This record gives sequence, C-alpha cells and structure tokens, in this order.
Amino acid sequence: MSFPWAQEYKPQGTVSKWVDERLPLPRLVYNAVGAGYPVPRNLNYFWNFGVLAGVALVIQIVTGIVLAMHYYASVDGAFNSVEHIMRDVNAGWFLRYAHMNGASFFFIVVYIHIFRGLFYGSYKAPREMIWLLGVTIFLLMMATAFMGYVLPWGQMSFWGAQVITGFFSAIPLVGEPLRQLLLGGFAPDQAALNRFFSLHYLMPFVIAGVIILHIWALHIPGSSNPTGVSIKGEQDTVPFHPYYTAKDGFGLGIFLIFFVAVTFFAPNMLGHPDNYIPANPLSTPAHIVPEWYFLPFYAILKAFTVDFGIPFTGVIIIEAKLMGVLAMFGSILLLFFLPWLDTSPVRSGHYRPLFRKFFWFGLIPCLVLLTYCGGKPPYTQWVILSQIAAAYYFIHFLIILPIVSRIERPLPLPNSITEAVTGKPLETAAA
Amino acid sequence: MVRLVAFLVGLFFSGMLLIGLGDTVIKAIQEPAQPTAEHEFHEMPLAVSFAHDGPLGKFDRGQLQRGLKVYSEVCAACHSLKLVAFRDFAALGYNEEQVKALAKAWKTEVPSINPETGEAASRPAIPADKIPSPFANEVAARAANNNALPPDLSLITKARGDGTAYVYSLLMGYRDQAGYKNAEGQELLKEFPEAATPAGLHFNPWFANLNIAMANPIAGDDQVTYDDGTKATKAQMARDVSAFLTWTAEPKMENRKSAGWAALGFLIIFTVLAWMSYKTIWADKKH
Repeated sequence: MSFPWAQEYKPQGTVSKWVDERLPLPRLVYNAVGAGYPVPRNLNYFWNFGVLAGVALVIQIVTGIVLAMHYYASVDGAFNSVEHIMRDVNAGWFLRYAHMNGASFFFIVVYIHIFRGLFYGSYKAPREMIWLLGVTIFLLMMATAFMGYVLPWGQMSFWGAQVITGFFSAIPLVGEPLRQLLLGGFAPDQAALNRFFSLHYLMPFVIAGVIILHIWALHIPGSSNPTGVSIKGEQDTVPFHPYYTAKDGFGLGIFLIFFVAVTFFAPNMLGHPDNYIPANPLSTPAHIVPEWYFLPFYAILKAFTVDFGIPFTGVIIIEAKLMGVLAMFGSILLLFFLPWLDTSPVRSGHYRPLFRKFFWFGLIPCLVLLTYCGGKPPYTQWVILSQIAAAYYFIHFLIILPIVSRIERPLPLPNSITEAVTGKPLETAAA
Repeated sequence: MVRLVAFLVGLFFSGMLLIGLGDTVIKAIQEPAQPTAEHEFHEMPLAVSFAHDGPLGKFDRGQLQRGLKVYSEVCAACHSLKLVAFRDFAALGYNEEQVKALAKAWKTEVPSINPETGEAASRPAIPADKIPSPFANEVAARAANNNALPPDLSLITKARGDGTAYVYSLLMGYRDQAGYKNAEGQELLKEFPEAATPAGLHFNPWFANLNIAMANPIAGDDQVTYDDGTKATKAQMARDVSAFLTWTAEPKMENRKSAGWAALGFLIIFTVLAWMSYKTIWADKKH
C-alpha cells in the first residue's frame, strides 16, 4: 500500500533489529499511525474524530472490565450491585459514571465522524470498503449499547429490553417464537440478563476487530481530505507522526474536557431518572424512551401509524408495527448502499452546491427533529413532525441523493491539495 | 438497479409516512385530544436552592443531620432506606460512638435468628447494618398502607426529574382540592369534575396524577425537635429532608466534584501543551 515517498521504518538498536526480523510489530505501528503513513496536509478538525472514537472505545473497555469485576448479573442482585459499585467500591462511582457517559460520548464522536463522511463524500470510490466496515461498527455499537443499558436492571432497562426484543415479534409467523428464543423466556428475565451480559462483554472486542479492518482498509487508498481531491504528490502530504499525532493530541484534550465536565458535574444529565427505580415487570413507566442516541431511529419506528393493505377490502399486507420495524432497520441499512446511491464523482460537499443545500437545510434539521420527537410522548404534534422528518429521511437518501448527483453542476475543483492550501498552482508550490 | 430499487423503497416508505400523516391530521380533527386534569394541573418542581447545588457545592452537614432526624422520626415509619448503612452516617459528621448509638437506638430492629432455637428473631442494629426496613416485605407494607407501597427512598432524588426540588415540592404541595386553581386561574373541579380525589388518596398537584396515597407527612411546624436549636418550620423540615435524601442518593457527590476539578485542571494544562506542540510542529507547514 501507500505512497512511494512514505518514510521507511529503520530499526536502530540491536533489539529493534532483532524484533523487526522476527515480528515486525513496531514496523506495522510505524506504517499505520507513525511517520510511515503519509496523510493529506489539509485535514481539518473533523478528521480528529476517528481517533477520538478509538479512544472512547478504549475508555469503555477499560472501565467496563473493572465494572464487570464488581457487577452481578442477576435479576435480584444487578440493581443493588450497581449501587454497591456507586457507594462501596473504591472510585466505583467514577468507573460507573465514566462508563455510562462514555457510551454517550462514544456515540457523539461517532455521529460526528459519520457526518464528516457524509459531507465530504468519504464513502466514495476508492473508500467504499472503509464505509461499509464503518456502518458495521455502528450497528455493533448500537447492539452493544442496548445490551449494556439493560444490565443495571432498572425500570428503563427492563422496559427497553421488552420493547426492543418486541420488534422481533412483528415478524409474521416466526416472530413470537423467535423472540422467546432470543430472550430465553416469555419476557426479559434471568436468562435474558445473563446472555446480554455475556454478549455485552464480547461485542466490544468484535468491534475492536472490525476497527482493525476499518483502519486496514483506510491505509489502502489513504485518508480522504476536505477538498476531496486525490493526493498528487509528496508535497500534498505530511507524515502522520508527528503532524497528526500532535493535532490529535490537542483534539483529545478538548474531547476529554467535555467528557470530564459531564461525567463529574452532570453525570445523570443524559440518562433517564426511571432507571434509578429497580425493574418491576408489573409496573410500566409512563413513557418508555431509549437512550438519546437511539431517539432518531425510535422516532422512525413510531412514525408508521397506518397498515399497508388493499384499500376498502380490509386486507392487510404489512401491519404498521412491522413496517415501522422494517423502516427503522432500513434507515440504517440504506447507509450500506450510499456509495452507489450518490454517483457524483465529486467527493467534497464544498464543491457541490445543490448537495450542500440538501445536507444543511434538509438532512441536518431532519435528524435534529427526529431526535427531538423520538423523546416525546405520542401527542399529535410530535407524531406529525416525526412523520414529516422520517419521510424526508428516506426521500433524502433514496431519491434526492441519486437525482442530485445526476443533475448537479459541481464547482471547479482545485488542481491539487497543495494548490488549495497555498493558493499557488502546483508547479510553483512544489518547488 | 440499486438506484431503481432504492427509488421504489424510498417512495414506499415516504408514501406510507405521508398517508400516515394525513391519517394523523384527520384523526386529530375528528377526535381532538381532550385536555386532561393531569396535563393542565400537574405542577413542575418549585425553585429551591441548596448548599450542595452547583459544581462547587458541598453538603451542609448540619442540614443533613437535621434531615436524618426528620427521616428517622417521620419518613422511616413507612419508607425504607435499604441502600444506606449506619456506618455511612459518619459522612454526616457523626463520630464512631455516635454512629453506634444511632444504630442501637433505631426504632426498627434487624431481622435475625435466635442462636439457640433457630427461630426468627430480631436484634439491635450495629454500624455495619443497612437501615432496617419498617415492613418485613411488600405484602406487609401494602397491608399497612391501604394497598399502596411506600417506595424505598435511597435513590428517590435521582429517580425523579429534578429530584431534590421534587421531594421538597411534594412535601410542601398538599392542597385543599375544593376551590383549587392553577396559575392560569382555572379551577380544577369546575374544569374536571371527575378529577375529584378518591377516598383514601390525597390531593397534591406536584404528584404525577395529582392524587397521592401518602397523607401529608409534615402537617405543621415543630413536628420534630432539632438538636441544633433550628426552628422546625414545615419548610425547614421539607428542605432538610430533601437535602438528606440527596445525600442518600449520591453520597459520593463531594468526592465527584473535587475529583472533577482536579481532572479539569490537569486536562486544561495538557490541552494547552498539546496545542503549543501542535502549533510548533505545524509552524513550517501551511494547511
């Protein structure tokens, strides 16, 4: 892979040479995130978020492993074991709050990372595989976060599990047996809690594995950049280390300041009070809502209110509930097809006047609206808004994007990254 | 092919959503949602401030001790505090002897067994015990409370939105329902005659459905006698017990805040250094 001008790893000491001949791991790191990886010189702060997502995963794994040493996966003991961690374990309150808010911050940085990809066309050739692996990581994260939220066995844990596993019962014929198979019972109970704990511990390592593939795929074509113009020569790049390690270090500091501010001064801001009530299968909370990062998808689920059938005959082909479930999963799965829906050869949204309008004035407000409506009770005004926003979501990706790529006249692109940065044409800038 | 299928799927989903939208609008016009008493008359928690508020706030130890007194003499008759141990009271400023005395003098004893016969028995509490619950089990609690279950209070201020203010507002919120008006001047029983409080419940607009099973626990002044000479007004008792229940829900709050300032201080220095090295390294590169 990589570019001919990439710096080569030269082991200095005897030990380094000995290791390099037997297991060239330092060489691998050098080429992956060291001076051996040439990166476009014009990356903006949006390119910090991949590294930040990696850091967030490490925070989750480290705090999670220690929490698991004190947690007790039992319907009678789970809630109290979390409170034992909060009260009696040394710095347990910190581990628990860091893990709880760490999940939210993981989603915040991953959402910004995805938006970066959407706006700058990072999913386009030759980077489709990176995007596909990224969407896979996102799906795995959602499953992991959901199962993790069940573990404290509070009211929202239990009823969230009830609602989410209920999706499977919408599948015709096999739905209910499938749901019982997944839960190990008729409702979330000991069997479900145990398997959720087991999977919640497993999945982060699966995610780490897919991240390795994600980064491997990234190193084949190299990083994209805000202009979307491909690298033309050495003058367009800088070595990852020290240039981007330094920039990522600064970005990491800013990220941790936000993370620490919320974790230590408003740790329950992003949570739901009902999850401090122990799970009670006999008492349904007034409003069952998922964690904030699932709200847009929850809004799409709830937006489907009419059955699909043959008019005036009463024949129903797809029930509203099943359609909501299909649409909710579809809203994420359609991202897999994005590289083939957006056929414009221009990557960066900067040079796509029409795309940019739909992005900032269509997609972003639509997602904000879905997130907001997802957390609201099903009053008429919220249902109406989420139906409009959900309809726009599908129209944007499945209809507008393919048409825009066909009819849009992109703005002139710079000849090279260096030209875009220095304002000088390529020949003089290279000199 | 991908784009054709995508187009049809997009058309189907958005079409069904727009039909649903029409359906929602028609239903809303045909059967407009009726205002409910809960919606119109439920009150948000009152604004009330405490020493422990804000990122620098610390618990007022005297207030927590007074709150414990209110809990032990009033609330503890019905409400358990299962997650708190007597030893935890050291954090309220009591010494070891005082904690031992508090445990020993607690009205409810700890369930145990008779070492000779193995029969059920009880013994006085020791500092290592959690606060003994007033009722042996849920059935006993419901039997004694008109079939209502008094919730455990250990986490109550975290289990309700704006919990500390909620507890304070609920305790101060008992009203005479006859002639009760909300801030807009609507009279409850005129607007919603069917919302009259059923027998055995008590009207309280700060409770979610306006009618709470708990009778007004702090009926008037001087229900408890404070050891520090503070005048035990109704509002004073409500504030003190709300502060105490904030502590039971979040006993490590002060550790959390002070650790937070240390972490922030460290990170600000780290970030400034990282920014300076970033600027130095990139000094010769236009980007």
